[in-house]
Amino acid sequence: MTRLKDIAKACKSKNAGPFHITLDVMFDDPALYEKVRASGVISAERIASLYQVEVGQVLFTEYPPALAWKATLPRRVPSGSVGDTDIYGAQQHAPLLDIEVEL
Amino acid sequence: MTSNTVRMMSASGILGYGFPEASIRAAMERKPHMFGVDGGSSDPGPYYLGSGKTLNSRLAMKRDLSLLLRAAVTSGVPMMVGTAGGAGGEPHLQVCAEIVREIAREHDLHFRMALIHAEPPKDYLKSRLRAGRIRALDGAPPLDEAALDSAKRIVGMMGPEPYRAALEGGAQVILGGRGTDPSPWVALAMHRGMPAAPSWYAGKMLECACNAAIPKKHDCLLVTVGEDYVEAEPMNPELRCTPLSVAVQALHETASPVIRHEPGCLVDTKDCRIEAVTERVVRISGMRWQPEPYSVKLEGVRSVGFSAVTFAATRDPGLIGQMDTFLDFVRESTRTKVRALGIADDTYQLVLRVYGRNGVMGAWEPATHVVPLEMAIVAEAMGTTQEIANAALSLARVTLLHSDFAGRMCREGNMAFPFSPSDIERGEVYEFMLNHVVLPDDPLEMFPIEYEEV
Repeated sequence: MTRLKDIAKACKSKNAGPFHITLDVMFDDPALYEKVRASGVISAERIASLYQVEVGQVLFTEYPPALAWKATLPRRVPSGSVGDTDIYGAQQHAPLLDIEVEL
Repeated sequence: MTSNTVRMMSASGILGYGFPEASIRAAMERKPHMFGVDGGSSDPGPYYLGSGKTLNSRLAMKRDLSLLLRAAVTSGVPMMVGTAGGAGGEPHLQVCAEIVREIAREHDLHFRMALIHAEPPKDYLKSRLRAGRIRALDGAPPLDEAALDSAKRIVGMMGPEPYRAALEGGAQVILGGRGTDPSPWVALAMHRGMPAAPSWYAGKMLECACNAAIPKKHDCLLVTVGEDYVEAEPMNPELRCTPLSVAVQALHETASPVIRHEPGCLVDTKDCRIEAVTERVVRISGMRWQPEPYSVKLEGVRSVGFSAVTFAATRDPGLIGQMDTFLDFVRESTRTKVRALGIADDTYQLVLRVYGRNGVMGAWEPATHVVPLEMAIVAEAMGTTQEIANAALSLARVTLLHSDFAGRMCREGNMAFPFSPSDIERGEVYEFMLNHVVLPDDPLEMFPIEYEEV
């Protein structure tokens, strides 16, 4: 089984405003992107289960022009509030790396 | 009008991040209709809006502003900064204005300057709230007049309209308080007669400058706006815009890559065509724009008290194996000792972040069964006063260092402290408290413009 970290160009996270985190998975090979897209492993449901939020809270977009998927979800704690661990939201991507893809 | 185009330059991702001087000289040769730079972001957290401090240093902002001002004055075109000083509040705007006056004196530059203020008075916000003209966005904390009173600082995110008004008012240099990032460039393009759709697309590209290029660097981007297209070109010959790099930029710090809600409109890029013009220049067409009821997003922060932190780490496998029960004991024991000082439980909080386990992801961490060689604890005490925070942290630190646990082998101390002094005061700290929009009667009413001859 192949993992996203072995085939994706980027798996990243970042704030989208102080109350949301946005996750991007990006490829640089259109054929590979289409294959992964067809497999359906990257979905709102998958992101919701990885990040323990309701699927209704995930704004999910496939974005073929950038060979990418984007998912935006509420932060656990607003940026910089008591108990926050990641002000920029730039290190919340690791669970994406191990998503398994059958090629 | 069909052959009409507008060229605009953006210097860097944020004012003070720097850019090569050669790039702005290259831009000048292309005779852009404006030089601009975005000045800020909410990304660095609530502290900057709360404290009034700038994100980047005065020296770094002055260096960037000096190059931009001289380029604009020499070229006889406008220079605009959005979200001045990092957070775009009144103190941030004033710091930038003072730097601009200083540069003008040093280089004998003369121009008409506009400052656009973005801190609406609380009385205005209360009257909008009473009139039902403040709306909560998705997941917003509750808002009433008492909550508005509790805010340390509130800014509105201006659209392009105040910048357009300042251009019409004859200003050559425009410093804006908090705004939606594309606004200065959208204003210039529309001021020169370009349609909204490509103007907004251009503004969104320009706000992050060469984030739309590869290799990724803080550098100058030139965007040409046509009637129904936008072309992007980095000014540094080592950088390129490619269809992929431009598409990737559309994902940056936004909830959706295809739909953007902006003041008074929605920008839809679902059906955009992105094509290479040359190896370094990309043309985007097919963007759409539709009007929406005018709204201005608010950002606000309130104080959550005073903070102190300490760093401690352990290499003890016995302690690492029972960290949870150990930290429960530390919390309980610290509480007892803090009470003995006459400090009430509800006047402070102790937050222990454990690195090597889930210090980065907290409850989102999926790998819960990995046993690390070392663990670091960042202990934070937040108090209603600095004195309370310091006292609680000091007791937490001692308790971490000297508490017993089952199988303890090293009774000299449980923690390695890398610093003396170990405890660091962080001062007053803040939290974001608003995720709301105001529905104004007029796009200008929250953003007074002040002119001066420099």
